[in-house]
Amino acid sequence: MVFFFLFPPQTHCPTLPPGATVSILKSLFQDVHVQSLLLADRACVYKMLINVMDTREAELKGLGADFVFGFVQSMDGERDPRNLLLAFQIAKRIIHRGYSLGKFAEELFEVTSCYFPIDFTPPPNDPHGITREELIQELREVLTGTPKFAEFLLPLIIEKLDSDVQSAKLDSLQTLAACVAWYEHKDLAGFLEGLWASLRREVFQTSSERIESAGLAALTAITSCLSRSVLSSDSEDALSIFLEMVLNDCKHHLCEPDLKLVWPTAKLLQAACSASNRASHIIVAAVMPSLIEQYNSKNQCSHRRTLLEVMQRFVQSVKSSESSENEELVLSAVCPSLCSVTFAALSETNGSLQVTAMSVLISLARQAGLLSNSQIELAVDHLARLVLSDEDDTISLAVISCAGGLAELHPTVFITNMIPRIKKVIFSESIQQDGDSAQHTQPAVRQRCLSVLAAVSIKPSVAQESTPVLLEVLGAAHSGELGFSSEEAVLACSSLKTIAERVEDTEDSGRCFHDVIVPRLLSLALQAALKGEISSAHHSPLTQEAVLSTMVGVISTACSRLQPTLAGQTAVRFVSLFLDGDVSFLPGNSFPSQIKLLANHGDSWRQSQMVCLLMGCVCSLPRTAAVPQMERLLSELEEMSCTCSHVMSYTSAAKCFAGLLNKIPAGDFLDSRLQKTMTRILSELNSADSSVRMQAFTLMIWVAKALLLRYHPTCAALTDKLFSLLDDADLGPVAADGFSLLMSDSADVLSRACHADVRIMYRQRFFSENSAKLVQGFNAAPQEKKPNYLKALSNIVNKLPKQVQVTELPALLSLLLEALTYPDQGVQLSTLSCLEPVIADPPPALIQQLEALVVRLLPLTSAPNMNVKIASLRCIHALSRFPEHEVLPFRARVLRALARPLDDKKRLVRREAVQARGEWFLLGSPGGR
Amino acid sequence: MSGGTQLENANPVIFERSGERLQTAADEDEDVHDPIDDREIFDLIRSINDPEHPLSLEELNVVEQVRVKVNDAESNVGVEFTPTIPHCSMATLIGLSIKVKLLRSLPDRFKIDVHITPGTHASEDAVNKQLADKERVAAALENSSLLEVVNQCLSTRSV
Repeated sequence: MVFFFLFPPQTHCPTLPPGATVSILKSLFQDVHVQSLLLADRACVYKMLINVMDTREAELKGLGADFVFGFVQSMDGERDPRNLLLAFQIAKRIIHRGYSLGKFAEELFEVTSCYFPIDFTPPPNDPHGITREELIQELREVLTGTPKFAEFLLPLIIEKLDSDVQSAKLDSLQTLAACVAWYEHKDLAGFLEGLWASLRREVFQTSSERIESAGLAALTAITSCLSRSVLSSDSEDALSIFLEMVLNDCKHHLCEPDLKLVWPTAKLLQAACSASNRASHIIVAAVMPSLIEQYNSKNQCSHRRTLLEVMQRFVQSVKSSESSENEELVLSAVCPSLCSVTFAALSETNGSLQVTAMSVLISLARQAGLLSNSQIELAVDHLARLVLSDEDDTISLAVISCAGGLAELHPTVFITNMIPRIKKVIFSESIQQDGDSAQHTQPAVRQRCLSVLAAVSIKPSVAQESTPVLLEVLGAAHSGELGFSSEEAVLACSSLKTIAERVEDTEDSGRCFHDVIVPRLLSLALQAALKGEISSAHHSPLTQEAVLSTMVGVISTACSRLQPTLAGQTAVRFVSLFLDGDVSFLPGNSFPSQIKLLANHGDSWRQSQMVCLLMGCVCSLPRTAAVPQMERLLSELEEMSCTCSHVMSYTSAAKCFAGLLNKIPAGDFLDSRLQKTMTRILSELNSADSSVRMQAFTLMIWVAKALLLRYHPTCAALTDKLFSLLDDADLGPVAADGFSLLMSDSADVLSRACHADVRIMYRQRFFSENSAKLVQGFNAAPQEKKPNYLKALSNIVNKLPKQVQVTELPALLSLLLEALTYPDQGVQLSTLSCLEPVIADPPPALIQQLEALVVRLLPLTSAPNMNVKIASLRCIHALSRFPEHEVLPFRARVLRALARPLDDKKRLVRREAVQARGEWFLLGSPGGR
Repeated sequence: MSGGTQLENANPVIFERSGERLQTAADEDEDVHDPIDDREIFDLIRSINDPEHPLSLEELNVVEQVRVKVNDAESNVGVEFTPTIPHCSMATLIGLSIKVKLLRSLPDRFKIDVHITPGTHASEDAVNKQLADKERVAAALENSSLLEVVNQCLSTRSV
């Protein structure tokens, strides 16, 4: 064996004379019985072979088939998975690098295929990290690597498919799908019948979805292999023979009266249909006419729906050919009758039938060039009718998504047909004056119309027609015509926002928002604000907070997507309006010349709250767009946020200030500006009798957030102040809530969508810098202030990503457990909600505290507040998945305690109690867990 | 279904599952008392697994909401279940599973009556008698192999 120890260095030696490798290998194959060597030595042989294959390919190929034979002999009987991986790699190289197999193809196949299907479970604490999947993958690459194996592999697969072991079936099916990708018709020819019989059986009989889908994928692969095969003039068309067999076996199931086997059959046929254009032609021609005929002959709705769903899947699975210049479309022959079936179903009264019909419609429309213009017109007619008439929620949702899908493909029909009709209905008065019932339906119809307008506007051309309608709705709501409610105004705004988000980003759409929509919205809001000051007769809904904040959403989304030049213009316009009262760009110019929107208005909150629209614009612009008059703007915003008494106004001003601050480049300007603001905030907060402490606090929180997001060092001073405020008599609870604001994403400002400067993992950073302070503060705080700390803690921990929670939890666990015993519901609830995910995947520290946890959780299941009860029951449910030996001692106690919430007066509590108790019953019981 | 033994009813008719109960505003109102109603009891038992098929009792139409009667004020529950075929040997086991599920999920005050829908099973009376006999139910649950099957029927399926 000395010979053997010499090998590894030799193989690495590049100076081995030509021919030496060959003779070494020859003697190795001849004189060494590899399988009687030790594990490590066998590995050595394989590694050496891999090595020489990589470096001396030409010489080895000179050996011819002898090399393959030698390898087969040396790996024959290998049992260690580590070595098998190596051996499979050698076999793969032999196959893929074109070594001559000679007459040893079968031998090579035999020696590798005896491991198929792989049945290997790595031992626990396996240091080698070899997985079953790895072995399966490697072996599969060997077996499927060459068509020369086809005659051996295919019978093997057919045999293994008969196995009772699910994993063997799955592996066989996947291997089949992989191997036919390389095969031609002649490799498959002899086995088609057997393969089809097995596949059919698997799909018909299996209870496992994975096997079913693997079987279908294999059928698709076989069909596409046959479709690829080149026809010679004398042979028959393999594809049509195969499909004829498939259809013969399957088609009658589609026609059986009770439709029992219709789904597996349909899935098989669709799998074949999706393989190639030619297969689609054959299958569709054979199946669709009879399905349509059957649909027309059935009366039961459930049968009709099933048939329609089957047809929809067929349409979906049709594969259109790539070079479809003047080729006939697969579905063109059946399209007219399919359309008439679909339209008939749309006119039925059965809701689920209508929903299915709409999905057929979408699938048909996705087949390019299939539907004629008149058919699309008809479809849109039907959709419009459903929007205007149908009450059912599921149907209107389906209509909305169907209309959206169609409008993307055929925008013109929607511009000429759908939108005018909807507009007419929205603004018609006649229905309103009808009887009682009509008055009730009207708002619902209007709501659906508004949602449809948003759904169809994906193409800019459609958006250009739909947005004026929405603006007109807002105008009418403002002037009080036609009885538009404030909910409808909100809905119109959120439709506009949806359009702003979804419309394809082009020059046109950006200009449309910049030139028309945003100025119009501003003008309406301003009119409403001014009008509200004068007359008390009609209060425009556009001064309401709900409407304004959705309007902020529209402006913010639109501004965040503007091109640089337009963005700059928009910034100039907004700033000059708010600072100088420049109304020249607003349409409907009848505004007084003296407008001071940012000045302190005393009680005229309608004007001061307009600042939120300024926030929507300047805080969302791309960072490249410069905001003019920054210094003055910031001063006025700071002034407003510190002095105004209207909540929405000073909060919006503070948010706007923070949003701008976040984007100012680091430097002297930012630092001096910050210094001024800090001084002001602190002086207000420190004077206990100041009337604007709340305002100063709001500004502080938002500034702190703006700085936290961009990792600005000044943030530390602000958070320290925030911590000290937890002891404050008035602001303590608000400060605790402030942590939630710091840690969560805000919707309208300081988010990534608004191009804010948000560093990654700012939450983790905040947590790791401050958790110690929190624990210290808690320990030092007087008893009555402790809940504030616990609340702050749970606010912070709640928002942390789970991985961080789990690693940080041990340090905080005692605090969290203590929090559970505090009577404050808010604290209990947020603590429970942060414990729940941790319990689901418990760290060892938690398991040590199990007793304390259970003792604290059980009483909460009878707490006065139902949400606390529900959350604690969920935690107890999750506890049942702890390691059995840890929780089993608590079983009796938990079961006894959970008997009480079973009789709770709230159903939601009972439901959680039932689930938790059921799991605990199963714990430690035979057949349970 | 690869087991060697022949199933009694190998190809049962499968029924649609009903959706989740819709939540109403009253459900979330702390002050409203929600009585235990038929649907709630049905929700408890509809997801019980069938002993021999990978399907729930609801999908096999063994239990239906119309065959569940509950009176919260008087604390009694009556459930009728319908075996898929008249000679189903699993009937007792199914009844036992329903009974155990209700015992575990309802407050103590309830009197629970589980029996076969009249006229749907060959040995209806015998099964009903067994299910009504408290001591026999208790004895059955002492039998660990029987308990194992019942627990399997009651465990939430993880697909």
